[in-house]
Amino acid sequence: MKKFITGNHAVAEAVRLCRTQFVAAYHITPKTPIYEKLSEWEADHTLGGSMMRTESEHSAMAACLSASLTGVRAFTATSSQGVALMHEMLHFASGCRAPVVMACVNRTLAVPWAFWSDQTDSLAQRDTGWMQIYCEDNQEAIDSVIQAFRIAEAVLLPCMVVLEAHFISHFMEPVDVPDQELVEKFLPPVNIPKRFDINNPGFVAPVVTQSQYRTFRHLSHQAMEYAVNAIEEVGREFEATFGRSYGLVEAEGVEGADLVVVTTATITSTARVTLARLRKKGLKLGLVKIRVFRPFPTKAIRTLLDDVSKIAVIERNLSLGREGIFCSELKSALVNSPGEHQVQGYLAGIGGTDVNPELIERIILDALDRKEATDGPIWMMEEG
Amino acid sequence: MMHVEEITRPKEILRSGHAACPGCGVALGMRMVLRALGNRAVVVVVPSCVAVISGPFPHAAAGVPMFHSAFEIAAPTAAGISRALALQGQEDIPVLAFAGDGGTFDIGLQSLSGAADRNEDIIYVCMDNEGYMNTGIQVSSATPQFTWTGTTPAGNTRRKKQIMEIMAAHRIPYAATASIAFPEDLTRKVLKAKELSGTRFFHILSPCITGWRIGEDMAVKVTKLSVETKLFPLYEIEDGLKYTINYQPDDLPVDRYLEVQGRYRHLTPEQTAKIQTEVDRNWQDLMGRAARAHA
Repeated sequence: MKKFITGNHAVAEAVRLCRTQFVAAYHITPKTPIYEKLSEWEADHTLGGSMMRTESEHSAMAACLSASLTGVRAFTATSSQGVALMHEMLHFASGCRAPVVMACVNRTLAVPWAFWSDQTDSLAQRDTGWMQIYCEDNQEAIDSVIQAFRIAEAVLLPCMVVLEAHFISHFMEPVDVPDQELVEKFLPPVNIPKRFDINNPGFVAPVVTQSQYRTFRHLSHQAMEYAVNAIEEVGREFEATFGRSYGLVEAEGVEGADLVVVTTATITSTARVTLARLRKKGLKLGLVKIRVFRPFPTKAIRTLLDDVSKIAVIERNLSLGREGIFCSELKSALVNSPGEHQVQGYLAGIGGTDVNPELIERIILDALDRKEATDGPIWMMEEG
Repeated sequence: MMHVEEITRPKEILRSGHAACPGCGVALGMRMVLRALGNRAVVVVVPSCVAVISGPFPHAAAGVPMFHSAFEIAAPTAAGISRALALQGQEDIPVLAFAGDGGTFDIGLQSLSGAADRNEDIIYVCMDNEGYMNTGIQVSSATPQFTWTGTTPAGNTRRKKQIMEIMAAHRIPYAATASIAFPEDLTRKVLKAKELSGTRFFHILSPCITGWRIGEDMAVKVTKLSVETKLFPLYEIEDGLKYTINYQPDDLPVDRYLEVQGRYRHLTPEQTAKIQTEVDRNWQDLMGRAARAHA
């Protein structure tokens, strides 16, 4: 059924459709409407399951991961300071192989205090062992949450579905909310290990030796590698069920392009419009959207970009003292590529500033013109 | 007084081969609590001596499913398991969390308060050895005044935080102090807590052989002295207001408790007198609360 809803509302719809049994949460702008919508449905008995209103995001994740280890489907949502406070528990959830799903609504981290879109909060959780999916629009937000439960429960690693403040969380769009029966066909009732069996007692997460620690890390890394295939497989099944396709990356017009623009999340939509306009003027431009950040889709990116010489990465995040984080990741993915690459990073939309078609056009013209890339990022400012 | 042998001679849940130091008060307390709780339970431990005692991989000292969670989240971790078990139709399985005084009085206080506020269906047991003993004897807010620790070499300047009053202020169904020197009382309280639902809290004073500078045969004796000197009275609080004193102490001077511990070796007569004054005042306060509850 088509509904005209915000991205936050879309995420809540997905959580309900997935028969999520346990939700623990703490409010924070701009993800709070997810929490409120689920509370509303709990009150009118359409949610099912159990909600825990914790005193912090840290406790919310603690409760989610222990509920997940007990064998129930668990969800939480957070933003910004909330995901930073959770950081310790994010490592814990992945180390325990708890398939918790979390929506992270990207918001600037303090200081300075602000409420706008910026991806640094979720990207700073890069090494926590969570899978991360970045959404371009409200439809992808609802679909990705549904997929995330399937993926997480298949590989036994937690999964973060990332949407940007306001551009997705609060903007309303027509969203195809899938039928309950179809979602139940796609996502069966939860069937994950029940780690606290009184008939077969064991000790979860004891202290280990050096080599045992290495073994557990190796196993988790293998799970991440397996997740690459799982995400693609789940994407194919999703398309067969719902008619919409999502993979690790999305590409258009890459072959024979003089320049490929690499984007993530909402900047992608604006880039699509800009590229279509410039192609009409005769420019040969390709677009690659990186949807999955962890596991990083190195192979998919190499397949697309091995033969592309000019690449421009546009992104709304920054690792201070280096560059945009997707740009660094992309460069490292291409370091063993046989082709020559000129990868130029552009910071656009930092702090939630507007990234409009004109700004993307300026980036494209700059990149096409450029004889060599700068090592640091180019800061894109508004005109005037 | 109940005969403990008649009601609890079940198999031990905490088995021999655990990793506690010889003579450890925490291990003894865990053993008594777990024996009363039985093997149909799930137990959370957090970084503290409790987690070490439970055994390094692949060993497990307890005959119940255990989860070694993070330092400051014993309560919400237990609550998450409890909620999940209820969703699976197994709400009759009690979930118990063991944490040390650091994990309770200090770093875990916020999350414990949150769980108590929501009246989560958990039994929370604080094994209080009055300092960070697992990391080698550092001061916590459960360390009494004037006590020597590695981070208070001249003696602790702060007074011990009154955790029972904090928990009572949450108006939880049940909170109790218990002692390894009074196993019948401890067992009765665990069995009573098991029959209740909501957040149930235990404060168990648990001597640390190395941290308290006492002999390996001293844990029970010192703990008994803590009760008989009224320094650690045995009482329970129902619904946050109904205080009941469970044992009338012998009224020994507090010096009898202090003099057997190396961590108090440096005390001046004035400091000992000050501790006595504090103990007397706390006891008067406790008696007042109990009298009001039973008036």
